[in-house]
Amino acid sequence: MTAYTATVTVRLKRGVLDPEADTTQKALERLGFELSDLRSADQFEVDLDADSADAAAERADEMAERLLANPTLHDYDVVVEEQAK
Amino acid sequence: MTVAVVQFGGSNCDRDAVRALDRVGVDAERVWHEDGLPGDTEGIILPGGFSYGDYLRAGAMAAHSPIMDAVRAAADDGTPVLGVCNGAQIGSESRLTPGAFTTNRSARFQCEDVFLRVENADTPWTAAYDEGDVIELPIAHGEGRFEIDDAAYEQLVDDDRVLFRYCDADGNVTDAANPNGSKGNVAGILGESETVAVLMPHPERAALAELGGSTDGQGVLEGFA
Repeated sequence: MTAYTATVTVRLKRGVLDPEADTTQKALERLGFELSDLRSADQFEVDLDADSADAAAERADEMAERLLANPTLHDYDVVVEEQAK
Repeated sequence: MTVAVVQFGGSNCDRDAVRALDRVGVDAERVWHEDGLPGDTEGIILPGGFSYGDYLRAGAMAAHSPIMDAVRAAADDGTPVLGVCNGAQIGSESRLTPGAFTTNRSARFQCEDVFLRVENADTPWTAAYDEGDVIELPIAHGEGRFEIDDAAYEQLVDDDRVLFRYCDADGNVTDAANPNGSKGNVAGILGESETVAVLMPHPERAALAELGGSTDGQGVLEGFA
């Protein structure tokens, strides 16, 4: 078994209204920053032991499917890295 | 009829639900989620509140509580299930009903009275009304915006599963009367069976005349009678 960290990033699907991002963008603009768009996302870093990076990714994928993301609202991606020894 | 009002950590409308059900002549008791459904359960309310602090998404944690397997099984067997506010969020997160309830268009928690137009009066939850009736109920939520993809929305409408839409006092379904940006002003829907329903407004907070406000919520609760 190898120790991995799976990073699951959950984003709103394109076209789904993101009031928190809109509010954050407005606040940045009030601070004088120039920006054309802003999107928010949730990121989860999951430490887990698995036989392979693929197996770790598969498990993290299932976590996203079943809990971390809501398929009505979200897309997600999973990136797996071996933990530094 | 004994209705189980399921309490999760952070539920806060469970007592109101029991009292309001009593007012319409329905026996109800609060049931702690870890204790499972009592054997004599003939109806289920998922009450409002902030289960698990709305961690991750409102309703997401409670939706995976073991009692929800029993609630889904009961719903499949025809037991009436009503999700109110946080209970609606739990219902959609657990796939009892389609779509999702997410952050209000305003990005703010909104606590106000709203008008609802009855879209389908041919269900247990709306039999007390006529189609097109306008009723007044309170809302209190930060994540009440109904979202669903276009195809699923069309199907929901075609199947006559929309119970209520936000409207003005005259029953006009307008953007101005939409408190949270819900798709199609949808405030409440049916699951696959008409015995399963969720809505964001609070019928149990509009059921007691002595509180001085609307009692329009009684009709929804009479779905258990």
